[in-house]
Amino acid sequence: MISVKNLYKSFGEKVVLHNISADFKAGENNLVIGLSGSGKTVLMKCLVGLEKPQQGEILFDGRDLVSMNEHEQATIRQDIGMVFQGGALFDSLTVEENVIFPLDMYTNKTSEEKIERANFCLCRVNLENTNKLYPSELSGGMKKRVAIARAIANNPRYLFCDEPNAGLDPRTAAVIDELISEITKEYNMTTIINTHDMNSVLQIGDNVAFVYQGNLWWKGNKHSIIESHNLELIEFLHASELTKRLIT
Amino acid sequence: MLKTIGLYFLFHKDVFSRPPRRKLFWRQVFSEIWRLGMDSLPIVVLLSIFMGAALTIQLNFNTDSPWLPLYTIGFITRQTIILEFSPTIISLILAGKVGSRISSEIGTMRVTEQIDALEVMGINPANYLVLPKVIACMFFHPILIMVSIGFAIWGGYFVGIATGMMSSYEFVYGLQFDFRTFDLFYALLKTVIFAYLITTISAFYGYFTQGGALEVGRASTKAVVQSSIMIIAVNLVITQLMLG
Repeated sequence: MISVKNLYKSFGEKVVLHNISADFKAGENNLVIGLSGSGKTVLMKCLVGLEKPQQGEILFDGRDLVSMNEHEQATIRQDIGMVFQGGALFDSLTVEENVIFPLDMYTNKTSEEKIERANFCLCRVNLENTNKLYPSELSGGMKKRVAIARAIANNPRYLFCDEPNAGLDPRTAAVIDELISEITKEYNMTTIINTHDMNSVLQIGDNVAFVYQGNLWWKGNKHSIIESHNLELIEFLHASELTKRLIT
Repeated sequence: MLKTIGLYFLFHKDVFSRPPRRKLFWRQVFSEIWRLGMDSLPIVVLLSIFMGAALTIQLNFNTDSPWLPLYTIGFITRQTIILEFSPTIISLILAGKVGSRISSEIGTMRVTEQIDALEVMGINPANYLVLPKVIACMFFHPILIMVSIGFAIWGGYFVGIATGMMSSYEFVYGLQFDFRTFDLFYALLKTVIFAYLITTISAFYGYFTQGGALEVGRASTKAVVQSSIMIIAVNLVITQLMLG
């Protein structure tokens, strides 16, 4: 479980996160939603240690990331898998080498064991026979799936996904959502997903947090979100024709 | 300006930390030697031959005096190539070729979140991406410069003989006349320092790129310009210290 307590982050005068507190449970899909510029990405960057908050605690099963030194942070990061918005695959490496990369860095497995694990992860995301391809030869959806395979290669306890289905068609987006959800439950991972996509919220949102102007404005799940009376959340939901119809 | 200089020196702290996996690190160093070093070999050879040849023709043109023996051309060609042309001019060309490659590669990795991905995995990106490049270039650039010296002298020799400027004996006598190994040491030491400047400055500009494709291009240009300026400036300092 990841707990965030009174998280405060500003860039100069601009306050981006204002006393955010939330619990993200293991084995469940924790979705963070909000408008562009609401602070979702900064929140995720703080959670993975790419940004340092000025105040607050980020507890990974009780261990506070903010107060850790660099060495301790590096250790905890070995338990983190992250799927970036654009995939962030290493261009100079093949699909297989990308998936093997975290294993190369943190395990003493033999080459055969690493290839076996890479094949397993690629199979798990339905990407067989792509091992020798380079990221430039893959479609957007395939890149995301390779990114997921790389993220789970080292059996992480925490999975972070920054808009995993941005730029994908609805069918592929649903496949990616389903995949992340299955993996989360299968490995009992604490998964946090940043998204704008209401389809994702309604499909896999076990826990949903709505961030508005740097504040945690609303918390609930895929069922309670439809019945919410929170004005800002309703306004956000009404931007999607699908949820608008569901609400009305 | 001062902030950039400060950031450049702080960047060194991250670059020169201990690599997490020694075996992987050396694999990367060899890969960089191939990509940044071997890849530059054809252009270095080509430029060296033509520059050496042009230098000999110009020297012949400017020393057309009965008071100067013909072997002087071979002597001056050798000295110019070893002391200045190969280490400095070829390093400037490598600043353009290798420097822009390093800067744009790391800059692209930055804007496409690949560096963030490394950081999230608990890897020090500056160390992982930059140190192998620094070591590869500091090791391989002196080899390139030796090759350049060889081919430039050969270019001069070839054009001198082919055009009937002088005999083979006169040119070779000039090449051997008053040879000091210190000159070679000076040239190679300069090259190592230039290689260090090219890689660290280019990596620095790439690493701190912010934005998109446009900024990657700008960072690449800045890297080449700054590396070239530093090469010229440091060349003056080293020359004064070692030959002045």
